[in-house]
Amino acid sequence: MNQFTRHEGLTVPLFQSNIDTDQIIPKQFLTRIERSGYGAFLFNDWRFEPDGTEKADFVLNDPKYAGATILVAGTNFGCGSSREHAAWSLTDFGFRAVIAPSFGDIFYNNSMKNGLLPVRLDEAATELIVARSQSLEGYSVTIDLESQTVIDELGLNASFEIDAFRKHCLLSGLDDIGLTLQNEEMITKYEADTEITHRFAGLT
Amino acid sequence: MKTLYDKIWERHLVHEEAGKPALLYIDLHLIHEVTSPQAFEGLRLAGRKLRRPELTFATVDHAIPTVNRNLPFKDPIAALQVETLRKNCADFGLPLYDLDRIEQGIIHVFGPEQGLTQPGMTIVCGDSHTSTHGAFGALAFGIGTSEVEHVFATQCLQQSKARNFQVNVEGELPFGVTAKDVILGIINQIGANGGVGHVIEYTGSTFRSMSMEGRMTVCNMSIEGGAKAGLIAPDETTFEYLKGRTFAPKDDAWEAAVADWRSLKTDDGVLFDKTVEIDAATLEPFVTWGTSPDMSVTITDRVPELSDARDPAEAKAFERMYEYMGVEPSQRIQDIPIDKAFIGSCTNSRIEDLREAAKVAKGHKVSSAVDALVVPGSMLIKKQAEEEGLAQIFIDAGFEWRDAGCSMCLAMNEDILQSGERCASTSNRNFEGRQGRGGRTHLVSPSMAAAAAIAGHFVDVREWRFKG
Repeated sequence: MNQFTRHEGLTVPLFQSNIDTDQIIPKQFLTRIERSGYGAFLFNDWRFEPDGTEKADFVLNDPKYAGATILVAGTNFGCGSSREHAAWSLTDFGFRAVIAPSFGDIFYNNSMKNGLLPVRLDEAATELIVARSQSLEGYSVTIDLESQTVIDELGLNASFEIDAFRKHCLLSGLDDIGLTLQNEEMITKYEADTEITHRFAGLT
Repeated sequence: MKTLYDKIWERHLVHEEAGKPALLYIDLHLIHEVTSPQAFEGLRLAGRKLRRPELTFATVDHAIPTVNRNLPFKDPIAALQVETLRKNCADFGLPLYDLDRIEQGIIHVFGPEQGLTQPGMTIVCGDSHTSTHGAFGALAFGIGTSEVEHVFATQCLQQSKARNFQVNVEGELPFGVTAKDVILGIINQIGANGGVGHVIEYTGSTFRSMSMEGRMTVCNMSIEGGAKAGLIAPDETTFEYLKGRTFAPKDDAWEAAVADWRSLKTDDGVLFDKTVEIDAATLEPFVTWGTSPDMSVTITDRVPELSDARDPAEAKAFERMYEYMGVEPSQRIQDIPIDKAFIGSCTNSRIEDLREAAKVAKGHKVSSAVDALVVPGSMLIKKQAEEEGLAQIFIDAGFEWRDAGCSMCLAMNEDILQSGERCASTSNRNFEGRQGRGGRTHLVSPSMAAAAAIAGHFVDVREWRFKG
């Protein structure tokens, strides 16, 4: 797992509700078998015309936000499909965190597995960041995972909740599978003790 | 006192420790071509083995063509993806129900049909519509590719417990109102994020008298309400459906299993974290008009006006949806013409769905302005529909009759909407571009889709002229 500790970065506002993973990474790119290279396709149908030219009115094409690493979105960001390609495309594009009032559950898990921090801020704080990001040039915030806060130079100091164990894993960049395999004896014991896994006809 | 979800959860706890997510055992892992290749690659890179290959089953569904399957794929990248799954299954010793198998189908149709999906199990798949399997009283949810790799290596997942959400629907469904309308009505009420962080248990007489096909349709779209999973307690209908299926327990093991499954229900008097009550008599056929599955109205209704929005943010979303969908505020739903109709997907491609659609199609002709497609959920369903004469009804009416796959639900193959085309679809997502860039999706039940295909616009199936 990629590490996340503290990150200061330029924010870019994409303040709509229910931005689904079909928008983040459209289906035509899901036939690839690689894990990398998806940044080029991030928000493809919103970023590009069918002929491949950039859409001037899409926020990620605005020079003002070039190099942004923190996406600020509306409620239920990443709802829909389980495609981890959504997290891969955001990280490959250069994003380190997404701030939103709420997230789709599967996307939330997928992003943490890829060192992309999903930050749940309340609506008021999210809207404040959006407003500053729109009205100011080069508006950055600092996300500190240890203290679970988002701060800026104008006095913003918003806190967010995150599961303590997930936080620990992100801070240390721990490998989930490795952690689970530390409990391998318990898995073996569970398998021996339970009949549940032996119910398929023809299997013993 | 415990809910059904609590009980299944506890049965699968391998390890629990304060301050950490629980380690949950997974009984069945279903895989397909799209979300598995990177997980296999991860296993190889780490030199890890697949812990329980015999609990892992694969089929191909997302990227495959639904016509001319004997020919090479037109899309070389999709071909490579399917080839990669074949190689991975061979290398790791996994059964693959490939294109040449009669059992091949959409993964969430395949699992139940083969008797792999059983009450009380934990079931995962790298696909959000894994919630479908909750219809059997199994805890089933979609996972990302990192978690697919985690299950490969450990047969477990690290999980935090979700909250309990009860959706209780009581009463008989009115004529013309289907399971699809029930779930569209529920999502309309709770919103696209109403279930986030929750597992929904569907309770009440409406679900108890519903077929397994109907229950699967309901549980399938739990994710469209944001829920982690959907559940319906197993009962005689469940056992009847499962009995005799290939991987269902046999003989004494069957009797023992059923005895155990009967205990899988929420205790009387349990308090859910959240409850919604719906009277079935108030439900009508629904049609979505926007680009989020909660944006629906009944067939007799109109596209909402800006003043119907609950807040300024929703009003802004409405404006965007009017433009994308090419609809006007207060436009009558029945005045909206369609270009395509799609009957299929893991939501509505089972035999009962095809029977409902065929009843409407019988003796009619698809409008000359509409291209209509019927894509069965599995090759077994295709065969059954042909034996029952449903296929002939569709063909005579001018529908295309295809091979099994996800097809135009997500349009990863050539079954795709062109920009501006409008589709009456029995699938589960009306997101922008879901069925093709610029395509406009209206979610409906199979009978409503068939009726729209014939009329050329949305019509109220309750007033349909059934022939024969």
